[in-house]
Amino acid sequence: MPNTGKSTFFNRVTGASARVGNWPGITVDLFASKVLLGADMVEIVDLPGIYDLHGFSDDERIVRHFLEDAAVDLVAVVINASQIDRQLGLALQLRHVGLPTALLLNMADEAKQRGIRIDTGTLALELGAPVALLSAKHGHGQREAMAMLAHALSSVPRVPIGAVRAQLAADDRIDVDTAAALKAAVDIPERMSEQLTDRIDRVLLHPLLGLPLFFLLMLLVFEGVFALGEPLQRALQWVFEGVRTAALNPLFAYAPAMVRGFLLDGVWSGVVTVAAFVPLIILFFLFMAVVEDSGYLSRAAFLTDALMAKLGLDGRSFVMMLMGFGCNVPAAMGTRIMRSRGLRLLTMMIIPVSLCSARLQVFLFLTAAIFAPAQAPLVIFSLYVMSFVAAIVTAIVFKGRFRSDEPFVLELPPYRWPTLRQIVLRAWHEVRHFLRRATKFIVGGVVLIWLLTNLPAGAVPGSTDTLAGMLGRLFQPVLAPLGIDERLTVALIFGFVAKEVVIGAFAVIFGFEGQALASDLAARMDWVQAYSFMLFTLIYTPCLSTVAALRAEARSSGFALISVTWSILLAWAVSFAFYQLARHFGY
Amino acid sequence: MIPLLQLATGADATLSAIHADAALRLRLAAMGFRIGQRIRMVRKGVFAGPLHVRLGTTDVILRRSQARQIVVVR
Repeated sequence: MPNTGKSTFFNRVTGASARVGNWPGITVDLFASKVLLGADMVEIVDLPGIYDLHGFSDDERIVRHFLEDAAVDLVAVVINASQIDRQLGLALQLRHVGLPTALLLNMADEAKQRGIRIDTGTLALELGAPVALLSAKHGHGQREAMAMLAHALSSVPRVPIGAVRAQLAADDRIDVDTAAALKAAVDIPERMSEQLTDRIDRVLLHPLLGLPLFFLLMLLVFEGVFALGEPLQRALQWVFEGVRTAALNPLFAYAPAMVRGFLLDGVWSGVVTVAAFVPLIILFFLFMAVVEDSGYLSRAAFLTDALMAKLGLDGRSFVMMLMGFGCNVPAAMGTRIMRSRGLRLLTMMIIPVSLCSARLQVFLFLTAAIFAPAQAPLVIFSLYVMSFVAAIVTAIVFKGRFRSDEPFVLELPPYRWPTLRQIVLRAWHEVRHFLRRATKFIVGGVVLIWLLTNLPAGAVPGSTDTLAGMLGRLFQPVLAPLGIDERLTVALIFGFVAKEVVIGAFAVIFGFEGQALASDLAARMDWVQAYSFMLFTLIYTPCLSTVAALRAEARSSGFALISVTWSILLAWAVSFAFYQLARHFGY
Repeated sequence: MIPLLQLATGADATLSAIHADAALRLRLAAMGFRIGQRIRMVRKGVFAGPLHVRLGTTDVILRRSQARQIVVVR
């Protein structure tokens, strides 16, 4: 077909050896060349591009005459994969005429970008002709295409010329068959018209409204993920609790306490931690897939890029960071959409300091316990601000190290409705990815924390007699200047598993729960210590699952180590600065 | 002849030259930036944000620093 890169492909195959050939009855110049295809020398002829075998333009007549008179062994049809719905008909016309046909879907890279998915196997069956995807411009798929052509030449039987001429009359079935083949093998997302896209963009990219709308939309996505995710998480936890009470507790009832503790509070607890993330990850990726496939993500990048560029980041990094305010884990995994490794890593460096919902729980509890009701919202707000500041500082420090090698030139595709199948498949794929990569790490981490807080045998779990307590004492010289004592350190060690655990850890460490715990904390900590502790908790390390996700996405334990080390150092510096300054000024 | 950056919003122009490193040139080419291509400035991001341009039927966003390296002619 015209404008499908047919000549590019022909030139790539024939190199400089193409010459004008001579065929009886053909009055125009046609380029031909002898090429080695498979084990045979074949002659390959570049026929004029046509839209319709039965049309009456000069080109179409030429092609018909050529096919009627020359003994053709194979017709290779080149069409544009992005416009397969409009161009497939030609291949079918050739099939119906009885000519041995092979279909080359060129510009496959563009089609993929538009979300058009082509099942070449099914298509080949529907057509009765072999199909290959390629991108002649970039040279992708050429070898496979040539192999397919070689195979087609050797396997497809020759057709006598008389039969071809006779068949050139039968068109009617073509339309029906094209539709059937498309329906069976091709998945094209519905695209909105350009005018509609422009109208929507006038609102969503409005100079004043655009950014506020973006935040509103992100907030809605957030709310959506948690509104749906929390009940699912609770349901899963209920199921796992049930398994524990019904099956595991009785099973290990007579095991020594240490073994029982290790298996149930350690290993099983780890498994439950991993499982608890699955609903969140599925939902997050469903929403993110909608944001991305609909075309909105590029708009978000447009709106937020100004600030991000200065930090060595990207508009998309900002979206991920915002997602991190819900939960760091899916946000870290979401960085997959960035092709540039440097950009991906830098974004992953800033995600862990996002004030996630788990940290929020800890802060809400502590703030309510220590601060007056009037001050509490301001305290929480200040912690959010600190989260942004920490992200900016981290970006500035590391932007030299993790450079983006890809220039920021993004396409703004027309808006479209993502197909349900697409987004569900995506979400499922991501969950599997997470489970495969992160499970061992998380379970291992939970077990380690359990060991630290329960050994040596005989020590009261969570007390300062345990290994964790000893670690707490060990780090006192470093942590005392932050106002964090041994017992709080033990809580921090618990917090490495998951931030919500910190409150539970307090209960275990101080021996109180709920309101009694709040009162006890208020009595033993003043607001400076509490705020210093919260600053440290905000920044020090993300939970184990996040570290696992970072490690899996970066495919590098070294990176995860850098991230954790930096977080701890930054947390220390910030808490130290705050605590010392506050004390200095007499608070 | 002006840098793309200075093209007014809503105006059309023709791409005349690209003075950029290989990575940027390649990326621009992939997005449809070819010498002789008509380009329209659709909108400019606030606070020195990126530029939204249209080439044929493709819409692209790019940073101002990059637009400075592209020359167009009215």
